[in-house]
Amino acid sequence: MQDLLWLIPALPLAGFLILVLSGGRIREPLAGWLATAMVGASFAVTVAVFADLVSHGEEERTFTQTLFEWLPSGSFQVGFGFLADPLSITMCLFVTGVGALIHLYAIGYMHGDPKFTKFFLYLNLFVFSMLMLVLGDNLLITFLGWEGVGACSYFLIAFWHTDISNATAGKKAFVTNRVGDWGFMVGTFLVWTTIGSVNYLDISAGASGVAAVTATAIVVLFFVAATGKSAQIPLFVWLPDAMAGPTPVSALIHAATMVTSGVYLLVRLNPLLFEAGWANDVIAWVGAITALVAALIAISQNDIKKVLAFSTVSQLGYLFLAVGTGNYVAAIFHMVTHAFFKALLFLGAGSVIHGMAHDQDMRHYGNLRKYMPITAGTFIVGWLAIAGVPPFSGFWSKDEILAGAWDYSSGGKVLWAIGLLTALITAFYMTRQVVMTFFGEEKWRSLTGEGHDPAGGSAVNAAENADADLEHSPAHDQHGLTPDFEPHESPPLMTLPLVALAGLAIVGGLINLPFSDQFERLGGWLEPVIAHEHEMPGGSTLVVLAIVAILAALTGIGLALVVYVRKRIPAKDIEQEAFARGFYIDESYSRFVGGPGRRLFDAVAWFDANVIDGAVNGVGTVTQVAGTQLRRLQSGRVRGYAMGMAIGAVLLVGYAVARMGF
Amino acid sequence: MNQQAYVILAALLFGIGAVGLLVRRNPLVMFMCVELMLNAVNLTFVSFAKSLDDVGGQVVVFFVLVVAAAEVVVGLGIIVSIMRRRSGVTADDLRMLKG
Repeated sequence: MQDLLWLIPALPLAGFLILVLSGGRIREPLAGWLATAMVGASFAVTVAVFADLVSHGEEERTFTQTLFEWLPSGSFQVGFGFLADPLSITMCLFVTGVGALIHLYAIGYMHGDPKFTKFFLYLNLFVFSMLMLVLGDNLLITFLGWEGVGACSYFLIAFWHTDISNATAGKKAFVTNRVGDWGFMVGTFLVWTTIGSVNYLDISAGASGVAAVTATAIVVLFFVAATGKSAQIPLFVWLPDAMAGPTPVSALIHAATMVTSGVYLLVRLNPLLFEAGWANDVIAWVGAITALVAALIAISQNDIKKVLAFSTVSQLGYLFLAVGTGNYVAAIFHMVTHAFFKALLFLGAGSVIHGMAHDQDMRHYGNLRKYMPITAGTFIVGWLAIAGVPPFSGFWSKDEILAGAWDYSSGGKVLWAIGLLTALITAFYMTRQVVMTFFGEEKWRSLTGEGHDPAGGSAVNAAENADADLEHSPAHDQHGLTPDFEPHESPPLMTLPLVALAGLAIVGGLINLPFSDQFERLGGWLEPVIAHEHEMPGGSTLVVLAIVAILAALTGIGLALVVYVRKRIPAKDIEQEAFARGFYIDESYSRFVGGPGRRLFDAVAWFDANVIDGAVNGVGTVTQVAGTQLRRLQSGRVRGYAMGMAIGAVLLVGYAVARMGF
Repeated sequence: MNQQAYVILAALLFGIGAVGLLVRRNPLVMFMCVELMLNAVNLTFVSFAKSLDDVGGQVVVFFVLVVAAAEVVVGLGIIVSIMRRRSGVTADDLRMLKG
């Protein structure tokens, strides 16, 4: 079964190639089914490889498959190889599994779109890139996938590119990611000069010999890369805007898979992180602060997808908190459960948007549980999971991260407190979302006029996204909600993945229950990959911390109910302007880049145009002028040439005679 | 003594040839001057081969003769064809490659 490893990325690639080469002859719905089947088959192969790995002993669960020598250049040898070990296969399982469900959903969601085939072609290319990223056995192949998912993200965010704001959002994501890519490249160079190989197994073996300063530098550089891809402060600004893409894209790329690649990279390099000293503090603190800031911003968002986008940023912050505190198993655990429930929430939101004439403003919703029972039921499961209510999956994984932070050497208690506060806020804003969407009055009934109110567009780039999703689908040309609008439940193609993901979101915690070693399946499974095991707090502390976490979640839910159901506290007091505008982070970037940054870049451009290009052009000009002057010697006068030769001969003879000293 | 006379003669011939090449404009005469220079060099080779008792000098002369013969064939051909097109042309008139 191990020999089939290459099939895992090859199948989505085949789907992509078939759709490309067919030149649009494969149309709806066949293109969607083909793409889904490819990812589904890839999932099946992954399961087979997984089963094969399980059947081996713990020490033999790592193997590589090198397809060919990719860059054989002197001592720098890079093979085009795949690495199957517990970590990469875990990633593959949920990338292909959740990916297949989202593909299935997208067949329903993208119904009637003129670019239906193109959408699935991009989705398959994305899954291929993501699998390359995960399965690559060295940093270069991971980088190949890393860039691939970045490019696909750009294609898919800007999928409805006829709207300028969508195209802008795509560009923003791409450019922001490039900042992070710089870190990846320089980090790779540093690894190569230090360890002499970019292969993961060599890096793991050689990590202990790396000087602390070098290891710190490498980890910081890769962390820069991770902040770009995984949307952490300061590079998180692209993710909320990325909601301009179709909702399945938001679910697949911007919740379940691509954004986790930064975390995957750091976990993959965990032997280096162990040597890296204060770089771990940086990771943990950036993660914790991102989690808190993004959760606060999410409180004031009114766009149903924006809430989830900031929630994703916040949950990714948790993952980095776990990575920074050395709690890698918890990071992967939460990554998996988050993939389940966040994909569920996004797809649920997509279902709501689909049923509500592509209006995304939550202030126009209300009482939708009556019209879309399946969407509402599954969304509520997702809500309980992300809020951290036991026994849903989110509780187990989030609790493990928080408990793991408790004993961290530098500021563990503070990190834990920030995480706990974030958990409370998470429960608050998710409850707000559920209440606004599925309960209460049917608010669109009291809408007047156009129904859509751009000034009320909530998010960081309000105007940009308010209308983003509205105009793509011919089936939904009439995008204004009118008071007599009747919402409808989505077709079974869309609700089926919702139900499947809801099931996973409920039971996902089973893979790593903290009761005894026997139940910590994920921990035991990942053990060969994790170089230095993380110490969790002892039994009684763990229980107390868990109880506090549950109380925090319930407090958050309770507060939200007080504000949005009982309306004891005006919602305006909670939904601060600063939150709604994302603490002005995005705006200050625009100001900076537009003002002093612009001048700096202009200066750099001037330097490039005048000094660099000047040097190059200068060499050309000198050569040209010299040539023009020398050309005059070629007069065509034979006697002139003869004269030149004669003079030359005389001079040579004269020189020779002088040398001989006559 | 004999040797010196040959070399002086060769130098004279070479000088006449070189000056002729520079001052005359008729291509045919310039061509003859080149021949004169070549043969002056040949004379030098032969005389040194004799005085140094080295056959190498004479071998070189044969090479020069062969090359000069080939050159004459090509050169004269070109000159004759030029003269046919434009009679009385001088070397200075032939500045362009086209006729």
